[in-house]
Amino acid sequence: MRMTRTLIAPALALAIATPLHAKTIEVAAGDGAQTRLQEALIVAQPGDVVSIGAGRFALTDGLSLDVANVTVRGAGMEATVLDFTTQQGAGEGLLVTSDDVTLRDFAIENPHGDGIKSKGADRIVYYRTRVTWTGGPKETNGAYGIYPVESTGVLIDGVKVSGASDAGIYVGQSKDITIRNSIAEGNVAGIEIENSRNALVLSNYVTRNTGGILVFDLPALPVMGGGNVMVGGNLVVGNDTPNFAPKGNIVASVRRGTGIMVMANDHVEVIANQLDANPTAQIMVITYPLPFTDQRYNPVPRQIMLVANSFGRGGYDPQLPGAPALLAAFGGSLPPILWDGLGEPPQAGKSANANAWSLNLPKQGADPAQARPAPFHLPDWVPTPPGAAPLPRKGAPEALDARLNL
Amino acid sequence: MKVLFAALMLAGAAVTTAAPPSGVRDAAVIGSAFPATLAEFGFFNDASASRPAVGVTPYRLNTPLWSDGADKHRFLYLPPGARAVAQGEGLLELPVGAALIKTFVFGPRKVETRVLLHRAEGWVALPYQWNEAQTEARLVIAGARVSLTTPTGQAISYAIPNKNQCKECHALAGAVVPIGPKARNLDAAWLTALHRAGRLDTIPVVARRVPVWEQRAKAPIAAAARGYLDANCAHCHNPAGSASNSGLDLRWEQSDRAAIGIAKRPVAAGRGAGTFEYDIAPGDPEHSILLYRMRSLEGGVAMPELGRATVDEAGVATVRAWIASLR
Repeated sequence: MRMTRTLIAPALALAIATPLHAKTIEVAAGDGAQTRLQEALIVAQPGDVVSIGAGRFALTDGLSLDVANVTVRGAGMEATVLDFTTQQGAGEGLLVTSDDVTLRDFAIENPHGDGIKSKGADRIVYYRTRVTWTGGPKETNGAYGIYPVESTGVLIDGVKVSGASDAGIYVGQSKDITIRNSIAEGNVAGIEIENSRNALVLSNYVTRNTGGILVFDLPALPVMGGGNVMVGGNLVVGNDTPNFAPKGNIVASVRRGTGIMVMANDHVEVIANQLDANPTAQIMVITYPLPFTDQRYNPVPRQIMLVANSFGRGGYDPQLPGAPALLAAFGGSLPPILWDGLGEPPQAGKSANANAWSLNLPKQGADPAQARPAPFHLPDWVPTPPGAAPLPRKGAPEALDARLNL
Repeated sequence: MKVLFAALMLAGAAVTTAAPPSGVRDAAVIGSAFPATLAEFGFFNDASASRPAVGVTPYRLNTPLWSDGADKHRFLYLPPGARAVAQGEGLLELPVGAALIKTFVFGPRKVETRVLLHRAEGWVALPYQWNEAQTEARLVIAGARVSLTTPTGQAISYAIPNKNQCKECHALAGAVVPIGPKARNLDAAWLTALHRAGRLDTIPVVARRVPVWEQRAKAPIAAAARGYLDANCAHCHNPAGSASNSGLDLRWEQSDRAAIGIAKRPVAAGRGAGTFEYDIAPGDPEHSILLYRMRSLEGGVAMPELGRATVDEAGVATVRAWIASLR
């Protein structure tokens, strides 16, 4: 299939990019699948396609790919299922450590650790892949479904992740990222961008998680300084699953019923999302609450824009101290936007989007008991002044889009 | 086998002083192919890999990586005329054409032999599985699982790593490199003998040697524990290793308290963190993620991720005592 397409490809660039001897390695379901599949991932050469047939592959050990410019392709995210229910070793279902890899059209079920992890794997594409813990939300599920880390150039399109005991789609310590057209359901965090820059989170459906979309910047990581992120056009509804993360993790502190949450970071635009039925807060903008010693770290949010989002019902059952009194004070439900009162106030402007409340915390790390909650009207959005240094382009390199059509 | 190996250890460096032509096929070491059997390298003079060929020197590490209690027989091969170059207390720099050979033995049974080959394009790691008759070890590029009983009597499914998994532990900044041998984790007498045999440029000066594991009771608890963590964890948990994104650096030479995990919060540990907040809670081993993961056998929690199906009780006891001593 790939050979044929390469031969007829009209684009010269494509022909050059694809080695002459690119081949397709077929792996069918059946006996010895573990060995045959892993062997294919080892002997593949740059340009090759590892084509995984339809069926259920019972796997006992994690798989790994360390060859650049390889496509791993199944027969569809419902047709080709890599089943790790009886996994014995390794920290993830599939580990990718090479550049220019495309993963598409297959599913991973019940990995004991993470689903698919790509580390230091630049220009990676995840397309129509699914990671599912089939027993629903459980603390014993693996942590991350789709997990690119320390990578530049990440395109995630049309994936579906459910049941992750940390984040369904988690991009960490990376740059130039697009997550779009994907579904995150029944995870602790639906989508999480952590200590990463130049990210687009567009047109995803995020539901039944504890928190929908999180944009975090944390101290004491090897890669610091998250920001320049746009979260736009997402449907963030009904994120009301009780938090089932193990206690030690930062997402264990996410309140059940959070729609979109920005913690620390600079330049985050939250634009034209539809938020409904998120019972704690539709949008939450806060400062990192824990003690830290990392001198490189700025714990407060800066330049956060909340523009043209549409809010249904929210804030009606907040998982917050003093909830009954708060609900009574605000007339039955809380305003859609919660700010903790630290750092720069999020900007919105002259619309219903400016309807917020503030905890008015006195300082970073303050006990929530010191909060003095009050209504708050978000200040007008101030466009970047003329002459200011423009921000870098957000999103995965456009060249990655071509791989969706192969 | 063990006795024979011990005898070889003592005679080790002396073997290299003999000058007859090597039985090792250097073309197999430096060529681009993946030889199908261990015998094709000619590292040993016998089919059962107990008599090393000329240029193949046995060695041991003061504190080794623990692998379900396997005995490990380690050998260094240097091609004719080549020598290793000391780099202070760290890794011996080995020339192209060199190889490291490690056989994993449970009781009387050799299970696998891993080779690291220094080729012109870089280091290549390959796993070979021994047959039942113990006469031949064949390449298992995709790894294998073997049922066996550990020295403590536990029946396990032992995992021979695949070629990529070899790299997971041996990767530094994306390239395959040997984890050892490092001068500080080697016997001074062995280094001296290697130097006198003309196979090591100089005898490295080591200020603080990693304790010999069997003699750890005589060493300060911090040295025993840090030596163990260096050998068992630091190949991934270092700033250029597979676990760099964790920010945890368990190398022997790291002295920053937060970097080695003391009062450090986990990064992307997922449920590996259990219910605990810190990698190492000083003075409180039972609330330290590091010890929790050393004691777990569950995929996604157990550390190291590869190469362990049982708990190293001696390692746990040492690390526990060290954490308990921290303030």
